[in-house]
Amino acid sequence: MSVETPLIGDFQPFPSASTEGSLAGIRVGVVTFPGTLDDRDAMRAVRLAGGTAISLWHGDHDLRGVDAVIIPGGFSYGDYLRAGAISRFAPLMEQITAAATGGPGALPVLGICNGFQVLTEAHLLPGSMIKNNSLHFLCRDQRLRVENADTLWTSDYAAGEEIVVPLKNQDGQFVADEHTLDELEGEGRVVFRYVGENPNGSRRDIAGISNAAGNVVGLMPHPEHAVEPGFGPDSSARGEVDLRGGTDGLGIFTSVLKKLVG
Amino acid sequence: MSKKFNIDTVANAEATPGQALPWAELGLKQNEYDRVVEILGRRPTGAELAMYSVMWSEHCSYKSSKVHLRQFGDKVTDAMKEHLLVGIGENAGVVDIGDGWAVTFKVESHNHPSFVEPYQGAATGVGGIVRDIISMGARPVAVMDPLRFGAIDHPDTARLVHGIVAGIGGYGNSLGLPNIGGEVVFDSSYQGNPLVNALAVGVLRHEDIRLANASGVGNRVVLFGARTGGDGIGGASVLASESFDDAKPSKRPAVQVGDPFAEKVLIECCLELFKASVVEGIQDLGAAGISCATSELASNGDGGMHVELTKVLLRDPTLTPGEILMSESQERMMAVVTPANAAAFEAIMDKWNVEYSWLGEVTDTGRLVIEWDGETIVDVDPRTVAHDGPVYERPYHRPVWLDGVQADSFKGSAPDLRAAVLELMSSPNMCSKDWVTNQFDRYVQGNTALAMPDDAGVIRVDEETGLGVALSTDANGRYSYLNPYEGARLALAEAYRNVATSGAKPLAVTDCLNFGSPEDPEVMWQFAETVRGLADACQELGVPVTGGNVSLYNQTGGVAIHPTPVVGVLGVFDDVARRTPSGWREDGQAIYLLGTTRNELDGSEWANLRGHLGGTPPVVDLAAEKTLAAVLVNSSRDGMIDAAHDLSEGGLAAALSEAALRFGVGARIGIDELCERDGINAFTALFSESQGRAIVSVPRSEEVRFNDMCTARNYPTLRIGVVDTENSALDVQGHFTLPLAELKEAHEGTLPKHFA
Repeated sequence: MSVETPLIGDFQPFPSASTEGSLAGIRVGVVTFPGTLDDRDAMRAVRLAGGTAISLWHGDHDLRGVDAVIIPGGFSYGDYLRAGAISRFAPLMEQITAAATGGPGALPVLGICNGFQVLTEAHLLPGSMIKNNSLHFLCRDQRLRVENADTLWTSDYAAGEEIVVPLKNQDGQFVADEHTLDELEGEGRVVFRYVGENPNGSRRDIAGISNAAGNVVGLMPHPEHAVEPGFGPDSSARGEVDLRGGTDGLGIFTSVLKKLVG
Repeated sequence: MSKKFNIDTVANAEATPGQALPWAELGLKQNEYDRVVEILGRRPTGAELAMYSVMWSEHCSYKSSKVHLRQFGDKVTDAMKEHLLVGIGENAGVVDIGDGWAVTFKVESHNHPSFVEPYQGAATGVGGIVRDIISMGARPVAVMDPLRFGAIDHPDTARLVHGIVAGIGGYGNSLGLPNIGGEVVFDSSYQGNPLVNALAVGVLRHEDIRLANASGVGNRVVLFGARTGGDGIGGASVLASESFDDAKPSKRPAVQVGDPFAEKVLIECCLELFKASVVEGIQDLGAAGISCATSELASNGDGGMHVELTKVLLRDPTLTPGEILMSESQERMMAVVTPANAAAFEAIMDKWNVEYSWLGEVTDTGRLVIEWDGETIVDVDPRTVAHDGPVYERPYHRPVWLDGVQADSFKGSAPDLRAAVLELMSSPNMCSKDWVTNQFDRYVQGNTALAMPDDAGVIRVDEETGLGVALSTDANGRYSYLNPYEGARLALAEAYRNVATSGAKPLAVTDCLNFGSPEDPEVMWQFAETVRGLADACQELGVPVTGGNVSLYNQTGGVAIHPTPVVGVLGVFDDVARRTPSGWREDGQAIYLLGTTRNELDGSEWANLRGHLGGTPPVVDLAAEKTLAAVLVNSSRDGMIDAAHDLSEGGLAAALSEAALRFGVGARIGIDELCERDGINAFTALFSESQGRAIVSVPRSEEVRFNDMCTARNYPTLRIGVVDTENSALDVQGHFTLPLAELKEAHEGTLPKHFA
């Protein structure tokens, strides 16, 4: 996005990953489609995790040499046909799909919310998202369990660890046929699961999944909104936090940066 | 005569002076039509009539309210203008918040369309106010929605609640704008006239301010964004400027239909236009559509404009010129571009896949000339359309019933205080609004430092320094019903107090004045008193009104809504990291009550629960509010308090309950000393709505400093309790103990019970 971004910079310095200079060499692309909303937030999360965020435009044919890609949340093309259904045909998605399925060393890709929906439409991930069973948009702080800590995007967590990140969507109900669900479970590809009351009717409480290689991960809740003290959820599964102090989502971004440095 | 339609040209109008025109159906009065004929020196064409009818409507011309609204300008002192970069009259006011940053904000109504078609009415209300913010050159950063519905259990209320809440969410969420506050009020006076007010705030650098004018002869005029369709025709005139009446046909076609995706693209596209400096003037298309944009741009600039109307891109090719001029299709903007910048403009449009059409150019003829296939269909002085509309000195008088109402003071009490607190906290107006606010995105953009249910919404503006703003909107229709002058002052006092409670210094005001029919002298008196009260109060508090909106004709048949002046106050923080939440968290912190409690239950929530509305509203002392605000802002800045919550509707009982439920942390409270000091009983201590009060939690280490400050400022302070993390209960010692689980269940169950 070449639009001005007046709201930039660090609110409070991060003592953790951001001090590791080598991470800054990792370039993480964040894609903007028409109707994308959380692109600047995803870029901020990459910066706070210590990496370098690169803006990517949906109409471009060039990944600008990024080491990983985040497809952020929003309502690309208004979600008018079906969430993600039009975005998957963007020129940049061809590049991403090719790079993400290139065997060993394939491009790490994270789809958040609308980005997850785009990944399913692009068949990089199985299943699909339908309207929440409440039929309402739902915004709340959501507890999740990290079921698989071996993906490129979750290695900074421990398997079974719980985190709290904001959930905010209208079409968040993950559905797939029983065979696919069994396959996802059997192969350890259920990466995040809702803890407590299922917020939207998702099958088997699934909040996020990966592809077989583990480089492509999609999840409905928004880890990029739990990365900065003062602007995250009021609670954390990692212990006491200050007002809006929850930063449980940061591990998603540090995971991929550290993996790529390593 | 033109080929496509039976077009009424200027030549035709001159040749057929006796032809009858449907001016009454378009909402004009006989004297107004006569005035149009007098201005033009001939009968208007059909297209000219369309323009005058919408631009001279109450909604666009403020013809009934103008003579009163002047006070907002007249009562502004030089000191109040200190932070004002753009005042009343532009699309929205702009306020300097320091470090070269500015904030623009405004609240508007979309009441009538939201009753007729709740989803689209509410959605396009958000869309309209956001385009006002973009027009100033700002990036929109947040929205808020003060909402008022009829009785919670009325059969029609669920239709409106579902449609309006989904419409606001569906539009605002899709724009990527956090919804950080607002109000949800239920009162049967709004049964046939729900109030859907929408506030938006935007951020810009001082040098980026854009104004709506068409200057530079030869500069080109371009319309861009969504195509023009047949929706919203007459929205400003026959819909928003008349009372509802069962005998008349449905007004549904006068409601606009929103496309939030188109608006999101328009936001980014406009910001890119501003950054590239390729527009000279810009105006959003809202009420009265192209009629408004062309006449306002022209009359605010070099005075002339030439437009070829057949160039307008249409959704429906059968629209007549008059309909095109009146259409209120959403997501459209009009800009003035130099010929040299035209290519750069087109490149940005193409990047965002936004459609545009070059309509004409700026002239110095002093005339707005609109052609259709080469024939002139409009030839007017644009000032006569945009600025020289009728102005009425509507007759007004104090309602004859008011003395009787004011004499009927509330006498009730509550024998069981525990049950009363539960009843209050589960009542429609005091219950948790989570069911509504959880349908809005409060996280997007990553700068939300406080949102509902805290006292004010807080947004970071500068990520380097933490510079940010706080916003609160408030109104109390019952107070205004009992005394409109005081009601307006009370609304401002509460919004001002809420902003200060969050820790921000109040700077500026926007207002949305919702009333019944101005043709009713009693309603007009309520309006006049409200404006006088608000203008006086702004002067006393030193905060200027920067813009807003008047919504009249909120009445069905002869029944008007309570006078409802919604007041929004903007405050500024050096660093939003020091914002104060409304709930306490730390065990052992002292809880203080600031201010004096009097026996003031008239118009209160408790009286409302008992079906009583009479007497006089609480006394408002603006000097005390100023001192209280200073105490709260200084305490926040110097780290003397960890929580603060203002006392307003529901009094101390509501404030204590909300402060405990905010983080689920209990407290031990004693009110006996308060009762003794202020000469009141326990019921009054808990339920009175005396103004100028707040509760705060103070760390032990700060108590001496805090007390010294309050003493130095001579503000009444009383230690009424202590935060207690051990027992999850609100324990009002000697009176009752309420486990937080029980209180929470009562508080949160009400809206889901009625609407889920």
